[in-house]
Order: sequence, then structure tokens, then C-alpha cells
Amino acid sequence: MGKKYSSNSDGNLIQAAEYVEKPESQLKEMWETLRQNKAAVVGLFIICFLVLIALSVWVSGLLGKQILPYDPNHSDMTKSFIWPNAEHWFGTDQLGRDLFSRILDGTKISLFVGVAAVSISLSTGVLLGSIAGYRGGRTDAIIMRVMDMMLAIPSILLAIAFMAALGKGIDKAVIAIGLVSIPEYARIVRASILSVKENDYVQAAKVIGSSDSRIIMKHILPNIISLIVVRATLGISTAVLDTAALGFLGLGVQPPFAEWGDMLGRARGFIFNAPYTLIFPGIAITMTVLAFNLLGDGLRDALDPKSRIK
Amino acid sequence: MLNYILKRILMLIPVLIGVSIIVFLIMRVFSPDPAPIVLGQHATQLATEAWRQANGLNDPVYLQYFNFITGALTGDLGTSYYTKMPVSKEIFARFPATIELALVAIVLASFFGILIGVISAVKKNSIFDNIGMLIALIGVSMPIFWLGILLIILFSGTLHWLPSNGRIDPMLQPVAVTGFYMIDSLIAGDMDAFTDTLQHLVLPATALAMYSMAIITRMTRSSMLDTLQQDYIRTARAKGISEGRVIRKHALRNGLIPIVTVIGLLLGSLLGGAVLTETVFSWPGIGAYTVTCILKSDFPVVQGVVLLIATIFVMVNLIVDVIYAFLDPRIKYSKVKG
Amino acid sequence: MLMEVKALSTEFKLKRGTVRAVDDISFTIDEGEILAIVGESGSGKSVTALSIMGLLQNPGRIAGGEILFKSQDLNKLSQKELQKIRGNRISMIFQEPMTSLNPVWRIKDQIMESIMTHMKVSQKEALARTIEMLDTVGIPSPAERANDYPHQMSGGMRQRVMTAMALSCGPDLLIADEPTTALDVTIQAQILELLYRMREKFGMAVLLITHDLGVVSEAADRVIVMYCGKIVEEADVKSLFARPLHPYTVGLLQSIPQIDDESDEPLYMIKGMVPNPLRMPRGCPFSDRCDRCLERCSQEMPKLQDVDGHKVRCFLYDVVSEGGHAQNE
Repeated sequence: MGKKYSSNSDGNLIQAAEYVEKPESQLKEMWETLRQNKAAVVGLFIICFLVLIALSVWVSGLLGKQILPYDPNHSDMTKSFIWPNAEHWFGTDQLGRDLFSRILDGTKISLFVGVAAVSISLSTGVLLGSIAGYRGGRTDAIIMRVMDMMLAIPSILLAIAFMAALGKGIDKAVIAIGLVSIPEYARIVRASILSVKENDYVQAAKVIGSSDSRIIMKHILPNIISLIVVRATLGISTAVLDTAALGFLGLGVQPPFAEWGDMLGRARGFIFNAPYTLIFPGIAITMTVLAFNLLGDGLRDALDPKSRIK
Repeated sequence: MLNYILKRILMLIPVLIGVSIIVFLIMRVFSPDPAPIVLGQHATQLATEAWRQANGLNDPVYLQYFNFITGALTGDLGTSYYTKMPVSKEIFARFPATIELALVAIVLASFFGILIGVISAVKKNSIFDNIGMLIALIGVSMPIFWLGILLIILFSGTLHWLPSNGRIDPMLQPVAVTGFYMIDSLIAGDMDAFTDTLQHLVLPATALAMYSMAIITRMTRSSMLDTLQQDYIRTARAKGISEGRVIRKHALRNGLIPIVTVIGLLLGSLLGGAVLTETVFSWPGIGAYTVTCILKSDFPVVQGVVLLIATIFVMVNLIVDVIYAFLDPRIKYSKVKG
Repeated sequence: MLMEVKALSTEFKLKRGTVRAVDDISFTIDEGEILAIVGESGSGKSVTALSIMGLLQNPGRIAGGEILFKSQDLNKLSQKELQKIRGNRISMIFQEPMTSLNPVWRIKDQIMESIMTHMKVSQKEALARTIEMLDTVGIPSPAERANDYPHQMSGGMRQRVMTAMALSCGPDLLIADEPTTALDVTIQAQILELLYRMREKFGMAVLLITHDLGVVSEAADRVIVMYCGKIVEEADVKSLFARPLHPYTVGLLQSIPQIDDESDEPLYMIKGMVPNPLRMPRGCPFSDRCDRCLERCSQEMPKLQDVDGHKVRCFLYDVVSEGGHAQNE
């Protein structure tokens, strides 16, 4: 359908009315719009909260101190399956580990895998997409056909296959999840580059003899960076979901590390006896994914001139 | 039109060959040796070697691939390392279960997604819109398998309304004709089996449909909002027809054209989601089976399944494009002429 | 008198404030008359048309006034009652022929929908009337073209189809909102000629909305000039072109290029920009762009008054305080 602005003059009028002061910079204006988006602010707030938890758990772990109420990996069979109470807020699991501590501990793994996997797919995808879009011709055709092939396989199946080949573990999970979403980034970047490439300033840079990589870095990427930021934010939420899915299938992070999907997978057998062991990790996953989705949606709206008018 | 379809089908061939190469590379080149996994750690050197020889694993990789692809073209996907059954049989035994689940899910997702999306767009910023969008947002943020677990806890564990695993009560299993129990039970005229099938389908199909429904809801809403801004909607209103008719007859068809593509693309993620849903609900389909096979290094089965799913996925997208051209006259004519 | 608009005001409620797009305007349209409303974009002329049609979309709403059509106040009718008039007694064609027709409907279905909504006829009769209308507006081989989709037609053809659709129920009033703006110059003339011919044939009144004074001079009987939601001048077309009174009208006329103009002077341009609708000046909205602005112009709003058969809103013609229009000569 494209972006067709209706040309009736009440539209003009509204635009005219909104066009009061010129924004100082695009990024600043984006931030202003984002700030007015309550949902995005909530998302950002939750993300900051999660990052804070993850960092403090991680740093205190490095210093050998325990800031969690219990050692997340300490099992005590005499304490297994305690329902949530004042001592164990979220109860204990089949091995008597405190679920509240484990869920807080799991924050660092989910965020780490999410960010690391997106970094892999982002950097590779941007690189491939830039080359394809900028070079065109045969290079473009080959790269994009490979991307099409990867897209034809459901990503979770592809990720599982990678895990089978690479073996289990957190680092493998990062690679597998990172690899499967490369095509998405490559496609977006390629499409944007194709549209930016023909602009006069890019042509001018070519004429004065700038190198290709310089043109891409200096002239093209800054123009599509905001698009990539939106995509990456939403990409983290997908990566967190995929991590949980791999963990659930028993392929992700290996014990004794606490990972939310893995916790769900191992507690599945107790679904009718101890349903609480399955509820809290799921809430943690959903909240994290939701936060990144809220922020991503807000960023996208902030970028879209059409929504700014409204 | 026919030319266009033929051309598209021809273009599928390189994609499918590529897919088979990717899977082959992952499973045979980068994966660890399957022999110790299949035969166990304590198998003798001699037995291992014999097994490798029998399964063609001692051939050079390119020859292995050549054998696989020529076999695939004649419908021979090899035999499972474990059951020694032809892969095509293994797949066929489980595939209808997955397709039945996926079809019910996509129907649910499309129906409710479009319904909620359209109402949300028409009643923008109303309470309905806000609640609909909240549900859609949670829908895309919730892991499928966790939703399945929640449904089981609530409807099976607590309320005891619906069964939590399997496709049907084994006592009621209908004679297999199509492999789709909904149809087979009707053919057999067994209403008990039909209701039981439906009851078994409700929870897994809901869990599987949620994510797709959420996506369809959001896309439908934004597409309809865009459509309702178009000039021809104002023209329709200026004709003096009722607002209901403007939306049903003018906005809906235009607004839903892009949704057709979305639904086609979602089928891929739906088949992927089936892997998780089937695991949660012990659904005897291809998804859960594939995970087991990947973990057990049963290469021939994995290759067969992935190739089959990829074929379905690209075919569905081809069909979607054809429907798209059918719905939007602008595309049909430009393709035929150009 | 076919229509009488009395003190109509239309507002848009935006986050940063309320914009009064149409501010207390009154005018009449006689049967069979072509009345033109002229103004720049944002002057409120299109909003006036949409207000009459009852087609304002959020956040727009009619803030006050009456729209008397055959002595019936359209503003007081329910949407359902309005639907019976819309497309039937009053119909409208729009600026963008390229996007104003539904891309996935055949031409004939779009016109037939209009006919069958308002007239008690069978499908067959509606189709016959559709083809007849297409023929009337000058579509060659109408029976075949009726099966076309909009994208198969040129812009001029589509505007003819729009006209056929608008006239299919024999309206008393046709509102044409910038009907020629999006078209090539040669096609523009054809469409104007078509409107004129249709008026002769069907005898409906036309409210022609345009920013183009050339269009006005060719087609209109009477002209209203709007600026910032207000009527600044109203006169019959000959007198307006011969002797414009309001400085804004004068400016508009001077900024039309003349073929026989042999002087080397650059084309006249009205200085400045249309004020922000949220920050209207207190007095005359044109005061800060006016070459002949008086002290009181920026302080108070002049009233619309009769001068030499014109209606004009300007202190230059204020008989009591400034000594009449002699000053203008």
C-alpha cells in the first residue's frame, strides 16, 4: 500500500499547525516523541531495571559476594517443592533451590544471550546486506538467494540443527540464535541501501573518489541507523524468546546455570504438583520480551513521520 | 497468469536445492560423528565401521549429497538410523497430526486476528482497541510453550475441562484414511471420536495460534487504519452509503490484501512453533519427533523433514502470491502485460 | 435559493490547541449557479466543502452555524438522514482522481453502487444508466470501459468517471473540490468544459473549490475569496476580476502571469507566509502581509461590508472612519 498521504486540505492544515518549531536534531526529536509514548517509557524502565539486576548479580558474583537471598545453584533436597511463602517468595524447585534467586540470576543469561546474539546477526547482517545492496549484480544475487534459503527453514528448527552440530552450551546458543536471524537484517539493510544509494550526496561522494567502504560507513549507514536500532531492539526480544525455547528443549545453557527456559523445561514433569515452578520463570521471560517490544514499537513510531503528525 | 506461476515454480528449485545443501552441511559436515550416538559408546570399532559403510558415511561428502538428492527426487529419503524404516514412512505417519494442528491454528489466528484488528482500527483508541492491542502485545511477547503450560495448568490441571496430551483417546482412534482425525472420525461417522479430537485440539491449537493471531491483529489494524485514510474511502462516504458498508465493501478488501502475505509468512513460524507446542502437549506430530531426531543424530530423518517443511513453506508463499494477484487487479494486469 | 450557509464555523481540536479552520462564514448558492470559493491551501475552502457534506473526520467538527439545504439544516440531521442526501441531492468530486477511486472495484460497480443506493432500480437499469452517464461525460466506448479497473485509465478519464459517479443520481448541487489541480493543463480545460456542459445539461448548481483564479474566470458565476478561514471578499466574477477590492484579492490577481505582459518587472508576490493557524494575529489575518496595512488592522477584525456590489472585509473601505473608498482610487 505504501505511504500515500491523502491530499485533502484538512491534512495540510494539521501539518501546518504542527509545524511550529523546527526540531534541533533528528535524534533529539525522536527522543522527545519517545518520551511522550508512555508504553515505550515503561518498556525502557523495565529494561533498565533488568539490566540493573543482571549487572549487580554479575558484579557481586565476580567479587564473590552473595546479594541474592539464597545461592541460586545450591540444592537441598530436604527443601524441595516448598510453595511460595515469606521465606521463599517464588517457592523452591525439585532440587530445593530458591526460585526467586534463580530467576534473578537468570536475568543476566537472558540479557547476555539476547544482546550477544543480536550483535552477531546485526554485524553479519549489516555487512552482508551492505555488500549486496551496494555491489548489486551477481554478488547481490548470490547473497540474497542464500538468505532466502535460510528464511525458508523455520528459524527455531534451524537453530536446533545448529545446536545439534555445535553442541550444547551458552556460547553455542548465542551463535545459533545469532546465525538464524542474519537474513532479516541483511534484507532490511539491503533494501534501505538500494533506496539511499541513488541519492545525490552518495553519487557526489563517488565522483570525488571516496572508497566504497568509506561511502557506506560515512554516508549510507548514518541514514539507516535508526531503522537498524528499531530492528535490533525488536530483535533482542526475539532472541530472548529463542533462548528460552532452546533452553526449554534442553539444548541451551547447561546446569547448574539458571536459565528461564531451561527451568521451565526441567519443571515440566511437575506441572500438576508444583505449577508455581512453571509460572514465575514464564513471567520473567514474558516481561523481558514485552519490555523490548514496547521500546521497539515506541522507537518505530518515533521514527515514522506519519505517527508524529498524529 | 499461468506463465507467471510456472516461472515462480521454476524459481523454487534453486531455493530448495540450497536448503538441502544448508541442511546437509549442518548435519553431515559440521555435526559430530553420529556412529557413537546411534550405536552407543561401547560399540566395537568393527561394528562402527560396518555401520558407517552400510549408511554410506564413508563416501566422500559430495557423493553422499549426490545420493541424497537423487534419492529425494525419486521420493526416497533414505532410512532412519534407528527404526530402519524409510524416512518417508516415518514422516507420513506423523505429518497429518502436525498439519491438522497447524491448519486449525492458522484458521483460529486469522479469524480472530482479522476480527480484532478490524474492530480496533474502526474504533481506534476505544476501550476495545486498547484491550485488543494489549492482548496482541502480550501475545507476541509470550513464549508459545509457556502459554501451553499455562493452558494445561488452568484447563487440565485445575478445571479438568480439557485433556492435556495426545490427539485422541486411544480407545476412540478412528480408522486412518486421511490421517486427519477430524475428517477420519467424520468418515467413520463416529461423533464421540470427533468431539474427542476437537477437545484434544483446543489447547495446543490455541497455544500455537496466539503468536500468529497477535501478529495478524497488529498488521490488520495498521493496514486498516492506513486504508481508512485513503481518498477512495472518502469518495465512498460521499456516495451516501452507510459507514458499515464503507468498511465492509470498500475498506476491508483493500486493507486485507497485505494481510494475505502476512498469513503466508506466518505459516513458517507456525511450523516452527509446532516443534514447541507438540513437545508441551505430547502431540504425536513431526515437530517433536524432529527435535528427538536432531538430538539423536538421525540425519536422514532430519534432512527429509527440513526439506519437506521448506517445500511447504515456499509453496504456500507461491500460493499466497497468486491469491494476492487475484485480490489486487493492479498486480494481475501488470504481470500479464509485462 | 438552493443552499444558505449561515455563520458556519469548523474546528480541529489538536494537541497543541484548537484550530478554527472555517470561521463564521455565510453565503448562498442559487439553483443552477456556479459559485467558486478561492483560496490558498489551508484557507478553509476544502473544510467548508467537507462540512457541507458532513464528511469531516476526527478531530474536525462543526462548531456552530447552519447549513440550510432547501431550508433543511444539514447540520441537525443524523448521519443516516445525511446519507440519503449525500451522493444523491448533493454530490462531490475530489482533487485526486488517481486515488479517489477504489483500486479493486470495476468502474461500473463503483457507479452502480451510487445509483442503487439512492434510486429504486434493478441491477440492469443501474448498469444501463451507468453506461449512459459514462457516455455523457465523454468516455469513449463506455460499455467496454465500464469493466475497467481505475488503474487502467488516465487521470483525466478517472476524473470523468468521478464526475459520472457524482452526477449519476441527478444531484441539485455538485461540489467540485479542486477538480483540475492534479491534471495536465490540457486535461484541466477539458474537465472544466465538462463541468460547464453538465451544468447546462442537468441544471445543477456547482460549488467549485479552487486555488486557481484562471479556473474561476473560466467557469464561475460568482466568487468567494477565503483567507485563513474567513471570507475576505465576495462578488460576481466579472466585477471581481475588473475591480478587486481586498488587498489579498488584488495580490492574488497580480501574481497571475500574463501572456501579453511585456514589462520587465518581476511577477508580483504576496510577501510573507500564511500565519500559523494556532497563532492567528488579533486583527485582520492578512495584516502582516498587506502592503496597505493600517494601524488598526493588526488590532481589530474588520467586518464584512457591502461596497459597490462587493462584499469585502477590509478597513480601507470603512466609510465611517476612513472616509470611504475614494482613498482607494
